[in-house]
Amino acid sequence: MKKVMLEARELTKYFDVPGGKLHAVDKVNFQIHEGETLGLVGESGCGKSTTGRLLLRLLEPTSGDVIFDGVNITKLSQREFRKYRTQMQIVFQDPYASLNPRMSVAEIIEEPLLINKIYNNAADRAKRVKELMDTVGLAPRLLNVYPHELDGGRRQRIGIARALALKPRFIVQDEPVSALDVSIQAQILNLMDDLQDEFQLTYMFISHDLSVVKHVSDRIIVMYLGVIVEMAESQELFERRLHPYTKALLSALPVPSVDIETEPIILKGEITSPINPKNACRFAGRCAYRQDLCDQQQPELRELHPGHWVACHFAENLVQTEDIVVGGSLSHPDSTVTKPSQVIEEEPVTEVEQAKSEESNISK
Amino acid sequence: MTKKPLLEIKNLHVHYITNEGTVQAINDLNLELYPGETLGLVGETGAGKTTTALAMMRLVPNPPGKIVSGEVLYKGKNLVEMKEADLRKIRGNQISMIFQDPMTSLNPIMTVGDQIREGIMLHQKVDKATATKRAMDMLEVVGIPMERYDEYPHQFSGGMKQRVVIAISLSCNPEILIADEPTTALDVTIQAQVLQLMENLKVEFDTSMLMITHDLGVVAKVCDHVAIMYAGTVIEHAQKHKLYRTPKHPYTIGLFESIPNVHETTERLKPIIGLMPDPTDLPTGCTFHPRCPHAMDICKVEFPEVTHLSDEHWVRCHLYPADKEVE
Ligand SMILES: Nc1ncnc2c1ncn2[C@@H]1O[C@H](COP(=O)(O)OP(=O)(O)OP(=O)(O)O)[C@@H](O)[C@H]1O
Ligand SMILES: Nc1ncnc2c1ncn2[C@@H]1O[C@H](COP(=O)(O)OP(=O)(O)OP(=O)(O)O)[C@@H](O)[C@H]1O
Ligand code: SF4
Ligand SMILES: [Mg+2]
Ligand SMILES: [Mg+2]
Repeated sequence: MKKVMLEARELTKYFDVPGGKLHAVDKVNFQIHEGETLGLVGESGCGKSTTGRLLLRLLEPTSGDVIFDGVNITKLSQREFRKYRTQMQIVFQDPYASLNPRMSVAEIIEEPLLINKIYNNAADRAKRVKELMDTVGLAPRLLNVYPHELDGGRRQRIGIARALALKPRFIVQDEPVSALDVSIQAQILNLMDDLQDEFQLTYMFISHDLSVVKHVSDRIIVMYLGVIVEMAESQELFERRLHPYTKALLSALPVPSVDIETEPIILKGEITSPINPKNACRFAGRCAYRQDLCDQQQPELRELHPGHWVACHFAENLVQTEDIVVGGSLSHPDSTVTKPSQVIEEEPVTEVEQAKSEESNISK
Repeated sequence: MTKKPLLEIKNLHVHYITNEGTVQAINDLNLELYPGETLGLVGETGAGKTTTALAMMRLVPNPPGKIVSGEVLYKGKNLVEMKEADLRKIRGNQISMIFQDPMTSLNPIMTVGDQIREGIMLHQKVDKATATKRAMDMLEVVGIPMERYDEYPHQFSGGMKQRVVIAISLSCNPEILIADEPTTALDVTIQAQVLQLMENLKVEFDTSMLMITHDLGVVAKVCDHVAIMYAGTVIEHAQKHKLYRTPKHPYTIGLFESIPNVHETTERLKPIIGLMPDPTDLPTGCTFHPRCPHAMDICKVEFPEVTHLSDEHWVRCHLYPADKEVE
């Protein structure tokens, strides 16, 4: 068994908004193992960044706990928490907004060293700043440049250098490459991979780009409206996706080729509001497999196969989708799935057509 | 084929004058946007995509930016020389832009619903009640429950703000829509919906679109033509199928090789070697030559001219000498 470094227990964050209580993160449970990369994917607004911030106590949870190295850090006073803070860092989602525009590159990277009083003389600090810039591939001539003068890739390198400054053990990567083009993205992903090996880092990698998440993650969590709907090893998730939302997600992945026809499952129907949600499956409004039970009870996250967790009442009955691309041509994802209460072996074509016409009824 | 572009950029040069030197952001850039078509503009960060978009609306911040030379022809009229008052009529009405940073276009002290409604009332000439209804529908279309109409931008996540901006832009029914990384912050299911929405707009109103993105998957899905940019110039411009099946420029080929492939497990990605050149000190000749696996002597001294390889496919690279059939 791998050693658990970090654990979220019933971790919850509600925000007060005009309409009521917004359930941004709702009683999530998961573990992060020492040295692994845990991917976190899901719709925009589903609570990924909030989850990341809760883990680092950049936000105080409404309820629930975060256990780091066996210590419940949510219960610690700010003073007691200080020694953990340096071990956990974040690279922010938005390289445009997360860097102070009035500080030079050197000042930004130096700041955490200053705040945490790591070195007591300026020369040592300057040396460490240069070393960090070298580690992340920033040229020394950029020392006194301001972030707005730099492109997104270099700005993201600043964010990474800053996160590394305190020699953390755990880093939340909140969409670190989303704003970057593919070539620089590949360089940054390789860089993060090297840093992970070199400094034995553990990552939580947040992204909505499934091909990137698959490339970097050992395990993946799929979130939907504040809850975990599926969690599995990376390869397993792609081969055997169990939750209807995950199925839609993988089908909608744009493929960089003009010779592979993809047909995304366009999700229709009503989107559940995260404000005061009722006790029901949060995906029910858009789910093609919904039954009455889905509207009456929120499904629990349960382990359907070893290490493969899913929160859907009917997960075992949904027929498996094949891997997205079969020999260069793409089969319609719908053609291999059917309504849970129906038996596909008998008349798949009719069932599928029925499912489709029901789906279009929903949208009307 | 004698299709005429609706908007055409010819030999554009844009500089930013800074204390550290002159940033040559756009260098001899050519671009053609055809009526009713979507052009994907793809390139490395810092390549000058946003600057190109801003130049198309003559919105390059001045200072420090300056359109040094070149033309932006919209229906034959050169926007670079147009009077500010005439230009203002075109912006927002005929040409609308979705900015990369959603907060550029959102008012922090107005509810998101009201901001969409305002746009609708301005461009669709309907009364307040109808506009409110349409604004609620637009929210749902971009995947936000209408109950959230009365919330303010800071209560929304990054991707949700971006969707609000998209809703506003789409409500204006522009003739040309410039979208700067519109779906970068969105997850794929919402992205699929938004792209579908843009597709509908294209069909219904014959809108032409410039889609700035680094996602070659999105380009494959929605674009008709693709322009690949490097260091301030378009180095390859082609009809989509030609570009994906027979990319010609070494940079374009490198781009395709650096994408992680979901269908196979790769230990290590293959990025193009080296970094983007310093825009204040661009390499001589072909600006890609220090990173190019095929660089020849001529590449170090001579900036390559446009070579038309075939109909709707041109490239700037010395591997393809001008006016010759290459295959
Ligand atoms: N300070 C806040 N006040 C009120 N609501 C908030 C606040 N911060 C976040 N939320 C809400 O919490 C939910 C989760 O937001 P979060 O930023 O975690 O989403 P996300 O998954 O990171 O989205 P994205 O992919 O767009 O970054 C959203 O509905 C958002 O509107
Ligand atoms: N206001 C400015 N002052 C100085 N330089 C600038 C300014 N705006 C842009 N630049 C520089 O001009 C070049 C082109 O920038 P631009 O923003 O157009 O690139 P981009 O292709 O949109 O990049 P990204 O993918 O990161 O958005 C870059 O080198 C950038 O640093
Ligand atoms: S012109 Fe030369 S250096 Fe530039 S891409 Fe072509 S072969 Fe490479
Ligand atoms: Mg986020
Ligand atoms: Mg840009």
